[in-house]
Amino acid sequence: MADTEKVEVKKKWKKRSDPVVIYKKWCKACFICVEMCPQKVFDTDRDGYPVVTRGLDCTQCSICWLHCPEFAITSSEK
Amino acid sequence: MAEVETKRKKSFYKENVPLLMQGNEACALGALAAGCRFFAGYPITPSTEIAEILSRLLPRVGGKFIQMEDEIASIAAIIGASIAGAKAMTSTSGPGYSLMQENLGYAYMAEVPCVIVNVMRGGPSTGLPTKVAQGDVMQSKWGTHGDYFPIVIVPSSVKECFDYTVKAFSLSEEYRIPVTVLSDEVLGHMREIVKLPSQEELNIVTVPKPYEPPEWYKHFEITPDFRSPMASFGEGYRFHLTGLTHDEYGFPTASKTEIVRKLEKLRLKTMRHLDELTDVRVEMMDDAHIMIFAYGSTARAARQAIRMARKRRFKVGLIQPRIIWPFPDQIVREYLERVDLVIVPELNQGQIIREVKRLRYRHVKIIGLNRFDGELITPQQILDKLKEERH
Amino acid sequence: MVEQVSNVTHKYLRPKKTFPNVWCPGCGIGIAMGALIRAIDSLNFNKDDVSVVSGIGCTARIPVYLDFNTLHTTHGRAIAFATGVKLANPKLHVIVISGDGDLLAIGGNHFIHAARRNIDITCILVNNYIYGMTGGQYSPTTPFAKNASTAPYGMIEQSFDPSDLAKSSGATYVARGTVYHASQLSRLISQAISHNGFSFVEVISNCHTQYGRLNREGSAVKMIQWQKEYAVPASAAARMTREELEGKFVTGKLHEVFRPEYVSEYQKIIDKFNEEEEENRQLQES
Ligand code: SF4
Ligand code: SF4
Ligand code: SF4
Repeated sequence: MADTEKVEVKKKWKKRSDPVVIYKKWCKACFICVEMCPQKVFDTDRDGYPVVTRGLDCTQCSICWLHCPEFAITSSEK
Repeated sequence: MAEVETKRKKSFYKENVPLLMQGNEACALGALAAGCRFFAGYPITPSTEIAEILSRLLPRVGGKFIQMEDEIASIAAIIGASIAGAKAMTSTSGPGYSLMQENLGYAYMAEVPCVIVNVMRGGPSTGLPTKVAQGDVMQSKWGTHGDYFPIVIVPSSVKECFDYTVKAFSLSEEYRIPVTVLSDEVLGHMREIVKLPSQEELNIVTVPKPYEPPEWYKHFEITPDFRSPMASFGEGYRFHLTGLTHDEYGFPTASKTEIVRKLEKLRLKTMRHLDELTDVRVEMMDDAHIMIFAYGSTARAARQAIRMARKRRFKVGLIQPRIIWPFPDQIVREYLERVDLVIVPELNQGQIIREVKRLRYRHVKIIGLNRFDGELITPQQILDKLKEERH
Repeated sequence: MVEQVSNVTHKYLRPKKTFPNVWCPGCGIGIAMGALIRAIDSLNFNKDDVSVVSGIGCTARIPVYLDFNTLHTTHGRAIAFATGVKLANPKLHVIVISGDGDLLAIGGNHFIHAARRNIDITCILVNNYIYGMTGGQYSPTTPFAKNASTAPYGMIEQSFDPSDLAKSSGATYVARGTVYHASQLSRLISQAISHNGFSFVEVISNCHTQYGRLNREGSAVKMIQWQKEYAVPASAAARMTREELEGKFVTGKLHEVFRPEYVSEYQKIIDKFNEEEEENRQLQES
């Protein structure tokens, strides 16, 4: 039973993990990703940096990381 | 390129037999003998023969010749080729040498070995394309902006054109620095009988390759003797080269200590080795009271003049620097203490005489003998000057 | 943190360099650099066989970040340096990356001559219509009537069309992309690199800091989206009239022909002498 629970938790965790990761140290908050994402996955956080809020909507279309001038976005699924 | 070099070591001239050739031809053959495998140039009188000869001979030894769109591109191309691992050279004259100055500065900064032959003609500007002058001596020292310490060679005969082109390559590789050979119109077009040494007799230096693995490699490493090994593009070292002031890895830097270290290295790598970089021919100076300080084709007249003067019981000798920058301070100072008159014949209105005056010792009288009408100074002129001073 | 390095671009960045890079936030040069990296990655080159050469300017800062054989040269002379590199070591894939001022103003002569010579160099022009690094002076591509810090009353000079210039100078591959169409751009660049001969890719980029500010074009995002509206794919452009194309630019592959390439032609001469010598030697031996 414990095993199935673990799997369940893992799945849930995986679902909750962000489809794309923003490396804040390199990001310069230019908002290209925020505005160009067709699924509106990003929002702005308190510091003015983009943050993934609607990760489940992401279709892995690659627009954000192809256009990030700082190479600050990576996909965690591909 | 490297493999081609080792595979075919054939000669391009008949060794050790008398040959009649021009100074420019000797320059070109010297370059080939020194292992030059890349030439980029732009036609300009009176240096064009060098390009013509090399365009014919280079492909035969696996080398490359390219005629670029201007002199700026020519020196850029040889710097690029040198970075990619070929020994490279260009030749030009006054106006072209002026155009090259910016990229020459790049080569000093990025420590790229290459050789520039400047066959001097009358200037400024277009000046006297087919007449001789020695007006680029100071330009070869101070031509490009910033603080740097060049090596400049002034040959005075066809044989020296050959020997000192070879030497220019060796020095440029050894010190990772562009070396200028200041030939001149008369030297370039003069024909003399010369015997050229065989390949084995030549002392050819090639810049050492790094032995450390790429992760440890620093392209501008500051070594105890300030000469660093050099990798080439495509050898696995993947370094960065820039004309910006950089650190030992070659990355641009704004750190004060790094800047000072870099610029000091540029100075020390030539100035620490002054003994090796002094090449002066001293003639009849043992008992001389009069010194003639002459270089390039003027030194030929001076040599003749001291013979004539000695016959007339003048105690006169000749100092002829073949490496003019860095200036042979020590030797000149030594002899300045022994003489009371110095004559500096030059084909300009007095350039190198300033350097001699800088070293003036007490009462020594230093006078110039200047000619800038496009003709050579004759031995008689030097003799007349000498008589005039002594009466 | 494993994911952080899974992006393909990161494999080609220099670990010794500090990031983020020097460019303004949102500058298209970074996007162009990403496209270049992906193009090289798609071709599976060994890093040691790639050489990236640049001149001076914002764009010219690209090579310092790239883990290839990189050369940052003097203003405008990148192509001349690259010619030397390529000719001395033909196995290198030499890529010149340059801005509009660098390549077309001070380096214009080298550009047209390299194209005429058809030497196997790939030249990427990041065209942002202005001198960015020096503070917004007009460049040879600044459009008529636009503002620049040295054209305060509007540009009264005519501008170059870099792709046309390349084509008429003899470049054998010419393409134009934008930083908005980033994946198409890396496709074009990889085609250009594989092309044997002088290949030229013009990248329409944004300089919102200088050009955008002086011409009130808005933020980086706005400028990049502007490219989408004004770009016409080459296939569609073929069906459009001159009037319809007025003020727009055509993207995609614009021109490709095959002519003898300089370095291989030179190699033929060398090979000929090699063969002759080989024959001579065999004659002597026998
Ligand atoms: S595109 Fe890149 S640099 Fe710009 S806001 Fe997004 S993550 Fe940051
Ligand atoms: S991959 Fe596409 S959908 Fe997902 S966050 Fe990036 S731009 Fe948005
Ligand atoms: S000045 Fe312009 S071109 Fe230069 S980095 Fe900033 S936005 Fe980019």
